[in-house]
Amino acid sequence: MSGLSVKVGGITMKNPVTTASGTFGFGPEYAPYIDLNRLGAIIVKGITLEPRPGNPTPRLVETPAGILNSIGLQNPGVEKFIEESLPYLSGFDLPVIVNIAGETVEDYAGLAAMLERAAGVAGLEVNISCPNVKKGGMQFGSDPVMAAEVTRAVKANTAKTVIVKLSPNVTSIVDVAEKVAEAGADALSMINTLLGMAIDVKTRRPILGNVMGGLSGPAVRPVAVRAVWQVYREVKLPIIGMGGIMTPDDALEFILAGATAVAVGTANFVNPRATVDIIDGIENYLAASGVQSIHELVGAAHNNSI
Amino acid sequence: MSLVVNAEVVEQNEVMQGHFRLALNAPEVAAAARPGQFLHVSCGNTYDPLLRRPISIHTVDRQKGEVKLLYRVAGRGTALLSRLKGGDLVDVLGPLGNGFTLPAGSENVFAVAGGIGVAPLYFFLQELSGLKHKATVLLGAAAKEQLICVDEIKALGHTVLLATDNGSTGHRGTVVELFDLYARLPVHSCGDYNPDEEMSGYVYGCGPAAMLKELCAAVRENGFSGEVSLEERMGCGIGACLSCACKVKDGKGGFRHQRVCLDGPVFPVEEVVWA
Repeated sequence: MSGLSVKVGGITMKNPVTTASGTFGFGPEYAPYIDLNRLGAIIVKGITLEPRPGNPTPRLVETPAGILNSIGLQNPGVEKFIEESLPYLSGFDLPVIVNIAGETVEDYAGLAAMLERAAGVAGLEVNISCPNVKKGGMQFGSDPVMAAEVTRAVKANTAKTVIVKLSPNVTSIVDVAEKVAEAGADALSMINTLLGMAIDVKTRRPILGNVMGGLSGPAVRPVAVRAVWQVYREVKLPIIGMGGIMTPDDALEFILAGATAVAVGTANFVNPRATVDIIDGIENYLAASGVQSIHELVGAAHNNSI
Repeated sequence: MSLVVNAEVVEQNEVMQGHFRLALNAPEVAAAARPGQFLHVSCGNTYDPLLRRPISIHTVDRQKGEVKLLYRVAGRGTALLSRLKGGDLVDVLGPLGNGFTLPAGSENVFAVAGGIGVAPLYFFLQELSGLKHKATVLLGAAAKEQLICVDEIKALGHTVLLATDNGSTGHRGTVVELFDLYARLPVHSCGDYNPDEEMSGYVYGCGPAAMLKELCAAVRENGFSGEVSLEERMGCGIGACLSCACKVKDGKGGFRHQRVCLDGPVFPVEEVVWA
């Protein structure tokens, strides 16, 4: 194992950097710009049982140091994903983590069962935190009891690594994390986007077609780092940290707060090579500071706080 | 083929108030670019504004290795871009998107542009001219002073017709009205005049959404076909984020979403579903 290698549940990543769901498509979109084999893992766009057309446009608006999106889980459905996207991804030396989203607990169970039978899936990221769908999504993620129920349903239908993606739009993210951990989750992804909105003062209307959307980008990073910090102290599960990571230092900030791995999201839109730039930067940081293994840094900031 | 390039600014000129022509030294992009494609341009070095701006390719000079953009300052990103001077570096991603199809035969070709929509059509008209194919070009703007590229397009040998909202030159009204009037005249087909023969033609359109919606309707009413270049708010520019969705016919009476950045920005007139 190289100094960069980490384990998230049963998934061994050659480095701690993966992609935030919804920002990286199903992989081929970025293949002209980076070697996908370099990634520690890929987390693909959220998948539902049936195809979803997504929300009306505008689906995106730029805000100070961030973006609001309301894509609405547009995706081809799990069957088409298994037929068309998994074979492509199987051609790489790359753990594939599939983000799954549903409107009911049964949807999540069904998705887990279908993906359990599919070849080339390393793990599932359970999306109980999408702010852009009318049913399901964030509703599950903001209620610790429901979050645990979804987690149990997924665990009952798969032997693969189950990572639950938490919403920051809650009173206590630690409460949700604890319940999800008790329900058998193998790891946590945090955070999903923050619910927000923007209004055009000329037209006096909400800008997004779906009115509200999820905020991401550098603007949310302090919120995400705080969430990782809090959960790391209370819950003994590996964390994939995400929220506005643009640079290697941003990624290291999450690792020092307690994340075992990190996901790069909005940065991919700004720089399609962001993931590999961040991997290179983390490697350089380790070499420059004489750190043998990235594990020495996970949660290290907790040792230096009062 | 698409690249991320740190391109040097050759020069930048304000061609009309709030409209800039930016020449970049980017030989590989110039070599690969086709009319109708765009560059995703990083407008600053900070996180605010955060995203790149999609700007259509106005023309290329492959010998000099230059790519030119013609854009209107519409917000903070383009305002920052407009301040670049010769020697500055700008991070561009591209060429992106599908581009216009060049006509295979000798059909009547029309290019219809509203405002800054002329920017990518100029590149197309240049290539068309290189194929010895002459087009009828209809340009529209609010007033005479706001028409861009008129002389440049005439110099390529194309016929240019103008429309202005205030009637300061050409047809008083919209460029789509002008197209519609022109399309109904039974006089443009080449060769012998036959009053029973309906004119046909292929239309290339670029401009604001409201104009393109009307243009698509006029194209179809007149029995023409064609293609239009759409705009939508973009995130990644490479097909991953699904922000820039547009509706196209699904062949079953409904619609499906496509990505303006990757599946477009150019779509057949017959396929676009307008809200």
